[in-house]
This record gives sequence, structure tokens and C-alpha cells, in this order.
Amino acid sequence: MPTQIPIRSETLLKAENLSWVKKNKPILQGINFSLAPSEHVGLIGPNGSGKSSLLKILSFLETPTRGRLTFQGENIPRPIPLELRRKIAVVFQEPLLLDASVQDNVATGLKIRGLHREASRHRVQEWLERFGISHLSKQHARSLSGGEAQRASLARAFVLEPDIIFLDEPFSALDAPAKEALVADLASIFAKTQTTAVLISHDFNDILRLTERTVILLDGKVAAEGSPSELLHFPESHPIGKFMAHWQKA
Amino acid sequence: MELIWQGITAALKLLATGDAEVIGITLLTLQVSGTATFISLILGIPLGTFLALKQFPGRRFVLSLVNTGMGMPPVVVGLWVSIFLWRSGPLGFLNIMYTPTAIIMAQAIIAAPVVVALTSAAIQQTDPKLRLQIRALGASNFQYLWLIMKEVRFSLLAAVIAGFGAVVSEVGASMAVGGNIKGYSRVLTTATVLEVSKGNFDIAIALSIILSLLAYLVTLALTLFQQQRQGE
Repeated sequence: MPTQIPIRSETLLKAENLSWVKKNKPILQGINFSLAPSEHVGLIGPNGSGKSSLLKILSFLETPTRGRLTFQGENIPRPIPLELRRKIAVVFQEPLLLDASVQDNVATGLKIRGLHREASRHRVQEWLERFGISHLSKQHARSLSGGEAQRASLARAFVLEPDIIFLDEPFSALDAPAKEALVADLASIFAKTQTTAVLISHDFNDILRLTERTVILLDGKVAAEGSPSELLHFPESHPIGKFMAHWQKA
Repeated sequence: MELIWQGITAALKLLATGDAEVIGITLLTLQVSGTATFISLILGIPLGTFLALKQFPGRRFVLSLVNTGMGMPPVVVGLWVSIFLWRSGPLGFLNIMYTPTAIIMAQAIIAAPVVVALTSAAIQQTDPKLRLQIRALGASNFQYLWLIMKEVRFSLLAAVIAGFGAVVSEVGASMAVGGNIKGYSRVLTTATVLEVSKGNFDIAIALSIILSLLAYLVTLALTLFQQQRQGE
């Protein structure tokens, strides 16, 4: 029997019939997507299926060519107001840290939001500790190892306490032990906080451990959605079954 | 060899005795070239940033013009600024020909392409993904530009060094628009040329040593600042 996904009444972010064309090439077509508060959704699909493009649109970094996007039930105006963009945080595959110390990097988003220095310092310290890198706070960000740098990048996003956090393959550049430790820490943070998150990953185990619902994108369209194990064991169609089998092996 | 030795001796004497004329020329050189560099930064950094980040038709053509401007002979700049500043020229009403202000104007035009080109190159070299990350942190347009500037601050300092180096060492433009008037618009390069033409090689060498020292000390200070910040 397929596992039941808890149905959540309220919707934090909703995309209806989203399409995105870039340089005359259709990247996304007719995407419907919704995200409830405190929900963790996995976004999977082969390379070039439009995962990162969808993430950029959902995180307000790109504007869709067509379709409707609502946040907390309200239509999102264009251009997207700064206050709305500041409710979102994004972590990319590479840490993309600034040429500054670890604590300055983690404090950047708070500084951008005009948070008082003392309050910022307190929050930065708290998130550095949660990600186990408080001992590196004074160190220059560019001298960190891959795992440490990605922890700093995650701390920089989480410290903002955003309404939604988007994670675009944040573990793919890490070696196995660093990745394992980070996934465990992130699972613990997800369990302790009310974070709403969307995770793109090529690793089936990451999706299983960190998300309750998975959306599969194929050729810029939502091909299926459900719990990770449901999609794996009860694929709706042959292409999905083929992708899931290949993906699980990878 | 004797000539060089005489020059060095004369330079040390001029420095040691605190020759009022030489000090005046040196201070004016610092003031004129410093102000011109500052103006070129005010104009050049925003323009370089714009060229680096904005896509528009003809952008490459503009960049090629800027790059050409980096190698523009100062005497050509001097000629054109003179034409504009002549009493009958379009800017003749300003009445600034043969003044330090005219030299500042010409030198700023010489330094600006250097600053624009180096700023533009530095910003274009930043990782586009890093720029997207800055946006994703919720930066406003101004904060976005500020953070990018901070990322390339060492390259911008190199632009300052290159811009100052270009103007402090030029002679053609200063001569053409400043007139080399004693005690008023005479700077180290024009004074050196004058002394050479008069056959006073010892004073010319002395002035050239002071000019080289000045250029070196300013560049050294900027380089030390740059390297110290980079090492933090």
C-alpha cells in the first residue's frame, strides 16, 4: 500500500500553471506546485529537467514567463518587492561565501536587513553553534574546507529564519563523511525547528531522510509527486519507474 | 656618471635644504594628480560597474573604446582639452586654461579609462553564481553593488594605483593645458622637461628623482594597504 502523505490545509507558497521560457527555449511548462508551512519537499529529476530553474522562480530570483505565484494566499506582484524576497533564503551547490570572515559571512543577510549589531551577533553565534562551526567564526571563509564552507553557507541562510529555505544540491560537492555529518545535522535542525524547505538532491537517501514529499520533474514538467518511497515502489508510469530505478542506483 | 652623481647630490641638497620652489612643485603635483585620480574614481567606478553588469546593444564597442582610452597619449588629451578650454572653445567661458584646474581636468580624462577598464574587468571576473547568491540574501540594488565592490576591493585599489601612476607621470597634457607657469601651474614633470631644455641636467635629475620617489611612496602606501587587507 502506498504511504499516506499528511494533507496540510494551509499553503505557504503556491505556483499555478507556471511556465518559463529562456532564450526562446521552454524550460518549464505548466508547473503546479504548493508548499505548506513546516513542510519539507524534495525536488528531483534528471539533469536539465528544470529543477534549478523552478527553484529560482519559487525563490523569487527569476520571474516566470506565464502562470500565477502566490505567497500566503496573496498574488506576488511584479517586480517582486524586496520585503518578499527577504522572506526566502537559498543555499546553492557551492558555498559561495564572500571574501570575509565566517561570522561576517553569516551576518551578511542580517546586516542587509538592518538588524542591530548586538542582536545579529547573538543570532550568528547561535547558528554557528548549531552547525558546529562556532570555533571557526573568526577564520577567513576562503580558508575553510568544503564541508565547513557549506556549513557556513547553511548557517548564513538559516540565521535569517526565513519563511522558506531552498537548498539546491547543497551536499553534492562534499565528500561522503562530510556529507553524512551535514545531512544528520540538517535532519536534526529540521526536526527541532519549524523550517519550511525545498531540497534538490541527486541522492535518494538525502531525499528519504530530509523530506516527506517528493516532486519529480521530467522535461520541465511535474511528472509525479508523492512520498519518496511511494514514488519508488509504485511509480505512476514507465518513464517515472525508469527514472526512479536509475536514480536509486545512482 | 658624473652627471648622475651631480644630479643625486643636487636632489639630496634640494630635499635637505627644503627648497621652497621644489616643495611647492611637489605639493602641487600631489594635489593635482591626487584630485584627478579621485575624480576619475568617482566617474570611473560607477561607469565600469555599469559596463560590467548591464547588457545593452553596443556594450562591447563601448568597452573597446574604454580599453583604447587606456593607451591614449596624454599629449592628445592635452590637445583636445586645450581646444575645449581656449577662450573661443566650447568651455572657454570657464576661463581655466593654464590653471591647475585645467591640468586636473586633463589628468582626470587620462585616468578615467584606466579606472573604468580595470573596474569593469574586476567585476566581470566575479562569479555570476556569487552575484546570484548576493541577490538571494535579499540585497537591494545598492547593497548588491556595495557587496560586489567589497568583493573586488583589491582590484579596485589596483585601479587607483594604475590611475595615479598614469597621471603623475604624464607631461604632455600638463604642459598643453597648464602652461608650466612658475609658482602656479608647474608640476614635477613639466619642471623636469623645462630644466632639460635649459641644459640644467643636475636639477632635472633631482626633480626626476623626487618625482620617482613620490610615485613610489604613494604606490607603496597603497600596495601595503592592499596587501595588509588581503592578509586579514
